[in-house]
Amino acid sequence: MIRIEARPQPSAVMAYATPVLAVVLTMIFGGALFAALGKDPLQAIATIFWEPIFGEFAFFYRPQLLIKGAPLVLIAIGLALGFRAGIWNIGAEGQYIVGAICGAGVGLAFYPTESVLIFPLMVLAGALGGWAWAMIPAVLKVRFGTNEILVSLMLVYVAEQLLASMSLGLLKNPEGFGFPGSRNLQQYPSAHNAEIIAGTGMHWGVVAALIAVIFAYVLLTWHRLGFAIRVTGEAPRAAKFGGVNPGRLVLFCLGTSGLLAGLAGMFEVAGPAGQISIDFNVGYGFTAIIVAFLGRLNPLGIVAAGLLMALTYIGGDIAQSQLGLPAAAIQVFQGMLLFFLLALDLLTNYCVRFGRAEVA
Amino acid sequence: MKFTTLVASAALALGLAGGALADDPTKVGFVYVGPVGDGGWTFTHDQGRQAVEAEFGDAVETVFVESVAEGPDAERVMTQMALDGADLIFTTSFGYMDATNNVAAKFPDVKFEHATGYKRLHPNVSTYSARFYEGRAVQGHIAGKMTESNIIGYIASFPIPEVIRGINSAYIHAKKANPDVEFKIVWVYTWFDPAKEADAAKVLIEQGADVVLQHTDSTAPHAAAQEAGDVVTFGQASDMSAYAPFPRVSALLDVWGPYYVARTKAVKDGTWESGDTWHGIGDGMVGIGDITDAVPAEVKEEALALKAALSDGSYHAFTGPLNKQDGTPFLADGETADDGTLAGMNFYVEGLEGEIPQ
Repeated sequence: MIRIEARPQPSAVMAYATPVLAVVLTMIFGGALFAALGKDPLQAIATIFWEPIFGEFAFFYRPQLLIKGAPLVLIAIGLALGFRAGIWNIGAEGQYIVGAICGAGVGLAFYPTESVLIFPLMVLAGALGGWAWAMIPAVLKVRFGTNEILVSLMLVYVAEQLLASMSLGLLKNPEGFGFPGSRNLQQYPSAHNAEIIAGTGMHWGVVAALIAVIFAYVLLTWHRLGFAIRVTGEAPRAAKFGGVNPGRLVLFCLGTSGLLAGLAGMFEVAGPAGQISIDFNVGYGFTAIIVAFLGRLNPLGIVAAGLLMALTYIGGDIAQSQLGLPAAAIQVFQGMLLFFLLALDLLTNYCVRFGRAEVA
Repeated sequence: MKFTTLVASAALALGLAGGALADDPTKVGFVYVGPVGDGGWTFTHDQGRQAVEAEFGDAVETVFVESVAEGPDAERVMTQMALDGADLIFTTSFGYMDATNNVAAKFPDVKFEHATGYKRLHPNVSTYSARFYEGRAVQGHIAGKMTESNIIGYIASFPIPEVIRGINSAYIHAKKANPDVEFKIVWVYTWFDPAKEADAAKVLIEQGADVVLQHTDSTAPHAAAQEAGDVVTFGQASDMSAYAPFPRVSALLDVWGPYYVARTKAVKDGTWESGDTWHGIGDGMVGIGDITDAVPAEVKEEALALKAALSDGSYHAFTGPLNKQDGTPFLADGETADDGTLAGMNFYVEGLEGEIPQ
């Protein structure tokens, strides 16, 4: 007989052990999946986890980890603030898109003027765009009590249509022979979010992600607002008695996560992606939700989780090309990671006991 | 060390290794935007890859990565293939244009082939596309003959020249076959979304369309037509023969195999050169799927005659007299459209209703 009992206190050991355990279990079950597909499981897992960091071409892949990981971390940090307080922003993808459109729009408005002021203006516009898009669900929730999960999610699809419209209309490259997509900002020095040190992958988005991590860490650890966030998430009634204003907290959490997602979009469009196009967004806003939980909603954990997710993407593509693994198998592998993590969460708050239940 | 130096030295090392082992198979990489099982665009490119494997056997090794997002992901995957020693890389989505040229700059010894783009910034980049509008002409003819309500529905993806060219070509030839014909166009802003495509098909059928043409890749419009009972459809990209003989009466096929085989051979022989290829029915890049018995015999005969004329070049799908939608002259009597005009086509021909969304 196996029984599950609630722990009197959440286990601190388990809170740290479960992410590691989840990764190990993912490797075991993922390996079994790869073996079932007729591939060498050890080689497949080595290709995904080892090749990008220590393989022959690591000099190329290591910077790519930062490029792929930075937007994930930047968005996940913002989401984690809200998630901790029980405020669910599921629409970071939309805020990411709107931030990119606003940032790129400001940059392109100045084309071809060269000035050092253009890039800071774009950063500001990107942040404002993302913030404003997140304010829609925030204000609706505070004013009319709507569900922020639904509203923020639905606004992703609105943002995608806006993106298509911008790629085909207002921001379309006038020298693009009628094809969709804006000018490439990589070829516009004043607007280009170039690598700060060439070959390192370190662009301003990576710097922004690091600043956001420190900011979130300080906020949650030492600031009164961080305390309010934690108390609201853990004991909403106590928070109310403690004088926390729930409306203000919703505005702050959604606004901050929107702002960071907007920044991520702006840095991406001005740097690695280069242009606004119909398929500009590739799901960072949704993947960041996984990253936030994988990192235990903890700023430092999120950095590790973001890099780990980036690793599975990069290693997954290498495995596809070198071993002929289908993309779907890689996606299942990534899905397993979240599944095991959430399933093992049970161990933090409950313990499993073997043997007969004692009659009370 | 700078990144470019690193890549250059890595490329050099690979080049030396390649020289030492001259018997090495030629490595050909394919970067796909969708999954190989999409039944449409990526599926047909993967058929092309398999044609290369079948042709050269052990003398060629092919690798592919599917579902690669446009932007930095595409650039990373291409770089990775080049680092792994690919000699030739096909990048099969318009959105890979800048990434292809960026990576080509770093690997001058690797040949790049970019589908449907126009940028060839380096001598190791070629572009290629198909004259799908020729297939649309045949489709338009059959559609014009088959419609009884005289309303033809068109599920359009994005308002770009490629799609507009298809609409114009289909309309011109439907109108020739049946002067009373009218086009209703729905823009769905996606290349592949079964739910949206099904909705679009239903809307068009409700508005009286009894022929539905599509520039999107799923079979959802066929299913909607089958449900309605008396609506004609055409396969897109692949044959979609599961819906034959009715509602699917024919198909517009993408056939990449011959081109991929020819370019791989050119790399093996050392005769590969940068260029822009735009092949149609005549060169076998565009195919017409089997015309089923649901189409009357004489219509089928006319369609095949039109296909033959397009194939041998005796007829051009855009032959004057033609006016633009606003009534201004486009082509004089007997004049044919040049490739530049076709490539950037951003207007409807006279008779089409509605505006191209901007």
